[in-house]
Amino acid sequence: MQQGRKVSRRMTSSDPVLTANLITGRTIEQGVAIEGWKDKQEYIDAAGFVHIDPSDFKTLNVWPGSSVLVKSEYGEVVVRAIKSPYGPHPGIVFIPMGPWANQVVNPDTTTTGMPSFKGIMVTITPAPGKKVLGAIELIKMTTQGGVEV
Amino acid sequence: MSEILVKNGYVYDPKNGVNGDVMDIAIRDDKIVDAVSPTAKVIDASGKVVMAGGIDIHAHIAGPKVNVGRNMRPEDKLFNTSKRGKMTRSGGGFSVPSVFETGYVYSRMGYTQANEAAMPPLLARHTHEEMADTPLIDQSAYTLLGNNWLVMEYIKRGEKDKLNAFVAWMLHATKGYCVKLVNPGGSEAWGWGMNCVNISDPVPYFDVMPSEIISGLAEANEALNLPTSIHLHANNLGHPGNYQTTLDSIKLLEGVLPRDGKIRDQVINFAHMQFHSYGGTTWKDFETEAQPIADSINKNKNMTVDVGFVTLDETTTMTADGPMEYYLHNTNHLKWANADIELETAAGVVPYIYSPKISVCGIQWAIGLELALLIDDPMQAFITTDHPNAGPFRRYPRIISWLMSNQARLDRLETLHKVVPDRVAIGGISRVFDFYDIAKMTRAGPARALGLGDMKGHLGVGADADVAIYNYNPKTMDPTTDPAGIEKTFKNTAYTIKGGDIVVIDGEVVSKGNKRTIWVDATNGSMDPAVLDDIEKKFVRFYSVTMNNYPVQDEYVARGLVVKPEVA
Amino acid sequence: MRTATDVVCPFCGTLCDDIEVDVDDAEKICATRNACIIGDNKFMTAQAPDRHLHPRIRRGGELVESTMDEAINKAAEILVNAKHPLLYGWSSTHCEAQEAGMALAEGVGGTMDNTSVCCHGPSVLAIHTVGISSCTLGEIINRADIVLYWGCNPVNAHPRHMSRYSLYKRGFFTERGKSDRTEIVIDVRRTETAQKADIFLQPEQGRDYELMNALRVAFRGGPLPESVAGIPRAEIEKVAQMLKDGRFGILFFGMGLTMTRGKHRNIDIAISLTADLNTYTKFLIMAMRGHYNVAGADQVSLWECGFPYAVDFARGFPRYNPGESSATDILARKEADAALIIAADPGAHFPIDMVRTLASIPMIAIDPHVTPTTEIASVHIPSAIVGIEDAGSAYRMDNVPIRMRKVVEPPEGVLTDQEIIERIHRRVMELQGLEVPEVTAVKEPAEALAPSAFDDILQRAT
Repeated sequence: MQQGRKVSRRMTSSDPVLTANLITGRTIEQGVAIEGWKDKQEYIDAAGFVHIDPSDFKTLNVWPGSSVLVKSEYGEVVVRAIKSPYGPHPGIVFIPMGPWANQVVNPDTTTTGMPSFKGIMVTITPAPGKKVLGAIELIKMTTQGGVEV
Repeated sequence: MSEILVKNGYVYDPKNGVNGDVMDIAIRDDKIVDAVSPTAKVIDASGKVVMAGGIDIHAHIAGPKVNVGRNMRPEDKLFNTSKRGKMTRSGGGFSVPSVFETGYVYSRMGYTQANEAAMPPLLARHTHEEMADTPLIDQSAYTLLGNNWLVMEYIKRGEKDKLNAFVAWMLHATKGYCVKLVNPGGSEAWGWGMNCVNISDPVPYFDVMPSEIISGLAEANEALNLPTSIHLHANNLGHPGNYQTTLDSIKLLEGVLPRDGKIRDQVINFAHMQFHSYGGTTWKDFETEAQPIADSINKNKNMTVDVGFVTLDETTTMTADGPMEYYLHNTNHLKWANADIELETAAGVVPYIYSPKISVCGIQWAIGLELALLIDDPMQAFITTDHPNAGPFRRYPRIISWLMSNQARLDRLETLHKVVPDRVAIGGISRVFDFYDIAKMTRAGPARALGLGDMKGHLGVGADADVAIYNYNPKTMDPTTDPAGIEKTFKNTAYTIKGGDIVVIDGEVVSKGNKRTIWVDATNGSMDPAVLDDIEKKFVRFYSVTMNNYPVQDEYVARGLVVKPEVA
Repeated sequence: MRTATDVVCPFCGTLCDDIEVDVDDAEKICATRNACIIGDNKFMTAQAPDRHLHPRIRRGGELVESTMDEAINKAAEILVNAKHPLLYGWSSTHCEAQEAGMALAEGVGGTMDNTSVCCHGPSVLAIHTVGISSCTLGEIINRADIVLYWGCNPVNAHPRHMSRYSLYKRGFFTERGKSDRTEIVIDVRRTETAQKADIFLQPEQGRDYELMNALRVAFRGGPLPESVAGIPRAEIEKVAQMLKDGRFGILFFGMGLTMTRGKHRNIDIAISLTADLNTYTKFLIMAMRGHYNVAGADQVSLWECGFPYAVDFARGFPRYNPGESSATDILARKEADAALIIAADPGAHFPIDMVRTLASIPMIAIDPHVTPTTEIASVHIPSAIVGIEDAGSAYRMDNVPIRMRKVVEPPEGVLTDQEIIERIHRRVMELQGLEVPEVTAVKEPAEALAPSAFDDILQRAT
């Protein structure tokens, strides 16, 4: 990406869209964050991002670390876009397991009990100005938030 | 204090020479006593058979490979689940029942003790967790030592004192009851996909022979004066023509006497001998060789066997004999599980269908019965199915009906594959056992072989108050013509009393029981530092757990009963 | 200050048991040795000043602190009033608590499920079909010369796995450690695990089954197309030969196979592939279990009722049908009318659709920490951390049982998982009008020097 190049802040039909195959899984940082950090910024940093192959980053045309909207048939979520250190894997994007990934994964277990946490078709678009929500905020916002007995 | 008086039963108590006499049995708390007060609870046993609680000397009922079997076979529960009751937990499984089911089925059959025949030391904690969770029956577990690296190294180097100390350490660390050998050397060879078929096949790298492992551990066993002898699952199990290997193994300890002849008579118990009495060269000309094996046992009074009767059921085979299970998998092509244990042993699990329509299965069925009937003294041959390998333990009543009725055997033989009668001798053996013999094969015999003869398996004063009362009148009914009645009788007791607690009435479980785990401490409170050093080296370099995390903690044997052998 | 040794790390299925933990005179954990970054963090955050110590009940839309008795009573009421409660989690606690949970699930006629359902549940289904040929990790230390990681990433998920057991550790027949082994990695990304591999294959995502099938053909010398799953034929044939030529091989697999299209079929063929290889050499396979005691949850369930997970007690006897009786499917179908979640965090780790169901039914969450699950619960009961504040059994990924040690006392007033479950169960029995048995649980003190059951003899000898 060229220094100083201006990126449009307005969403239009010509805005970049990346279509990709999403997989989710563990990372060591995510492992650290799930023991006592789930209500804190550390968890957002550890699991609220998407790894995108450097070649696909060009399509997306955003700065590394900026917010993107990941959308699937099953939901959508705002996460930070990060260049994958594990490439090349063009066409494949990775979000660590956790509440962010689970907004968009395929809940169908095909009668095995196991939801489809890997191999979900998603579209990714820049989401300038959108904030990556905290885990608990995100769950409270996307569910009824619990019932009183 | 609680007191029970079992009145007017036909009592069968071989240890005390009581053969069907009408007697009262008095119980105070957990022991059998001379007499009780008039306020004792009275159980009317008139017209009923009274025996000590049954003892299963060899079954796979708790521990890692049993759980592998449960995991591998959900279908085993398909028609065999039971609801929870007032006193009972739910569960299920035909050939590999859940632990609750195991306790209930044994108790209903009048058994009060069942021993887990193969405990891998590294996974001993698992076996103990399951045993602690198994209700009603007393249990012990046999520690697998026949493929242990240190055992083989000490034997190779001839360091007998160190071997003794190590065996004592292992029994203590695993809270085990006896020295168990399974395919000695062969399961270590299986680490490389190999086997020791004969007792003279050297173990890869370790360069000792199975024969040396058997003799070496038998010697250590006597040096430590352990309550029971070594228990051997011999090499070459389940192959046509293997009776030669078995005879070779028998010869190893001919003439050797136990250190303390007062406790037991044998220096070796051959496990599931049925699987080791095979003739022929392939499955095509497979035939019985029970006669030479029985002859050999009759000659050697210092040996016992548990038979391992084939019951002709669909079952789940499981053994520490890893190569054998792989062989079986390649024979029947059913699913195969394997679990090799570092430095110690191996295990395999394969489902098996003993179909009455298949000649081999029919011949196996006959071999088990022939062995039992050809061994003169029932105190040398015990009823087992090597549960669940030759059949599930819940079939013991059926086996007893075959042993008590020649007609029942002939009727069954007729339904088997047409070549079976030509390959077996069972058709010509008319011997039948009576209740006294059955009490020897399921009570007095196993108790004595386990070195528990004073405490278990009899109804004399001072024995544990483990009593089974069966609805069968031996004076008016004839077992030789009534196999169905015998099977029904032994399936559900009128009463089972365990440790002075009535646990079963008319086949219904009525108590949560007072089970105990029995184990042996032969360390005498000390340990050779050089041996500890050897053990520590193994842990630092080759084990995947630390030495401090290896021994089974006392928490797992909270209801334990420790046997401490005396060494003069 | 004191140091607890031989401490067992309560995080992942590697279940490292060589951790040393320093505890200062104020009974604060101040340092650990030998643990990985995740394990160290777990010990170091255990006593964080902001840890929640009081039960909370949802009132007026907020979780409000309550007494323990109130919370236990409310939890029992929720379970007793439910027609089909779901009891889920169980993987980050010890077997003793799991056993108490089995009794509770049976008592309330609920469904008992553990996190296998979203990790190695498909592997269990495959074992039902074809069995599994495996071993303990020490066998790999001492013998393995071919180590194949397929769809797993131990560097991230099981950080000490490679150094303790599978790759670098020097063993008896593998005296030179890594130099005696060939590392093969098959993954859709070049993960840290893959970056160091001797051989790395990067198949197309979701095509592992085809690649395994191709390997099985290659073992037999059968014909293959130009490429399978994006891997050229020559590569496949080369790897097939390597697998056959090894003296002792091991295939480790993870979520890359169980969560991908094909699910249990991927494991089915992976197991069949290793079984095939035993014709030529010794080759075994092992699942990389995630939670430190998820394997134990399977084991306890197996020995108590015969089935490993997803067991429905609604009819008074165990019924097992993953896909129907699994926690995920029950929630997806909105079938549960109450839930008890313990030692797991489905709020964070289930697809949001299922979490929505959880958030719309009365739900009890038992967890030492604040998590997405606890924050949508009706009742939250914080518990002691097993392996740090409570002792008990756990099963490593290779089903080796190790006793978790208790390093420090739990905070004042905080109960253990087992105590909480047993107290709820006793209250449930009262509400059901049943006779409540006597309490049998015994509390153990924290161990100063982590003595073993054999220390008396060790000491006498030295």
